[in-house]
Amino acid sequence: MTGKPKKAAEINQMAHPLDDLLRTDRIPHIWCPGCGIGTAFSACLNAIKASCEDLDKVAMVSGIGCSGRGAGYIKLDSFHTTHGRAIPFATGLKLGNPELNVIVFSGDGDLFAIGGNHFIHAARRNMDITVICVNNLNYGMTGGQAAATTPYNAKTTTTPVGNPESPFNLPLMAYASGATYVARWTILHARDLTLSIQEAINKKGFSFIEVLSPCPINYGRRNKEKSLDTLKAYQDKSIIKNNAHPADLETDFSKSIVLGKFVDTDRLTCIESYDKTCRLG
Amino acid sequence: MAFWRIPLDAEQIDVTRGIVYIIEDRCKGCGYCIEYCPKQVLAFSKKFNKKGYHLPEAVKPDDCVNCHYCENICPEFAIYSAEASPSAEAVSG
Ligand code: SF4
Ligand code: SF4
Ligand code: SF4
Repeated sequence: MTGKPKKAAEINQMAHPLDDLLRTDRIPHIWCPGCGIGTAFSACLNAIKASCEDLDKVAMVSGIGCSGRGAGYIKLDSFHTTHGRAIPFATGLKLGNPELNVIVFSGDGDLFAIGGNHFIHAARRNMDITVICVNNLNYGMTGGQAAATTPYNAKTTTTPVGNPESPFNLPLMAYASGATYVARWTILHARDLTLSIQEAINKKGFSFIEVLSPCPINYGRRNKEKSLDTLKAYQDKSIIKNNAHPADLETDFSKSIVLGKFVDTDRLTCIESYDKTCRLG
Repeated sequence: MAFWRIPLDAEQIDVTRGIVYIIEDRCKGCGYCIEYCPKQVLAFSKKFNKKGYHLPEAVKPDDCVNCHYCENICPEFAIYSAEASPSAEAVSG
C-alpha cells in the first residue's frame, strides 16, 4: 500500500514487499495461526518504510512475551530486552543518540503490568519515542492467564468462571500520564493502523498506539471465539470516533469499542526540556 | 462490487488490475485474506503446504483490483498483490 506501485514484471514473484525489512531466515515466525501480532508487525514495517528515510536511524525495542518477539524479526537495529524493560531501554537509546527514531513494539502484559511504571513515567517526561502495544487481552505466551487488560467477566486459565476485575483503559492511562499522541486500532483496520503508526513516528514526543489483536489459541479458545469471530467482533462492535474523550474508551466487547486518534498535542519533549532547563547558555 | 445502480460513468472508470501472489510455505491457513478480500478473489484450495496448512488460491484472479488488503491483513507475510502489466490486461481484459 505504500511506496510506488511495482509492475508485476519488475518483482520477483516470491519476494514479499516487506522482505527487505524482515529477517526472512526466521520466517515463518513463531506466532500461532490466526494470531494478530503478525498483522500489527506488518503494519509497523509498512509505516517504517513510509516514514523513515534513513533506515540506519531506526531502532526497534521489544520486551518479553509473544509480541516481544517482534524485535527479533526486523532486519534493522533492534533489541529484545528483559521483561517490562523495553521503554527504559528505548529511553536510554534515545538519550544516547537523539537522532534515532526509536520504536517500542511489545504486548499489553509487558508494557502495562510488568513494565507499567516505566510506561507512565516515559509518558510523563514526554520521551520522544513511539510505543506500539499489541493488546491480546491476556498473557498469551505463558498459557493464557488473566492480565491487567482482560475484560470483565472474560474466561482465562486463572479466571475460569469469569474475570472479576476491570481492565485498564490503555488510551486513558497514556493520556493521563502525558502522552502527546494516543490512538487505538484493531488489526482489521490495518490501513488506518499503518497511517497512524506513520503519524506517530513523525510526531515529536511520546506517541502511543494500542492495537487490539486476536489470540485465538489462549484467549479465544477459552471465550469460544475463533480468530475469524474475533475479527467479526472488531467489525461489528467498533466505532471510529476521532477525538473521543479517553475516559470513554473502556474495552467492553458487550458494548462497542471506540477506535481512532484521541490525542494529538504538543509540549516540550524530555530532551528539549532538559536542554532548556539544565544546559543554560 | 455490487452496485444498486450502475454509475453513469462506469465505462470511463479505469479499474486497476492486480495479480495476487501466495508464498505457500509461509501461510498458516488463517483464512483472513479469503474472508476480507473485497472482490472474493480467494478461496481455500484443496492443497496443503509443507507444514500441513490449508492454503488460499485465487479462484477469480481476473477480479483482483490490487487493493493490497490481503497483503495488509495477512499475519504471515505470505500473500501480496502487484499491479498487472498492461499485456496481462490485454489478454484477459
Ligand atoms: S499465544 Fe496468543 S498471542 Fe501468543 S502467538 Fe499464540 S495466538 Fe498469538
Ligand atoms: S489485492 Fe485486494 S482484490 Fe486482490 S486478492 Fe488481495 S484483497 Fe483481493
Ligand atoms: S492471510 Fe496469510 S496466512 Fe492467512 S490464509 Fe491468507 S495467506 Fe495464509
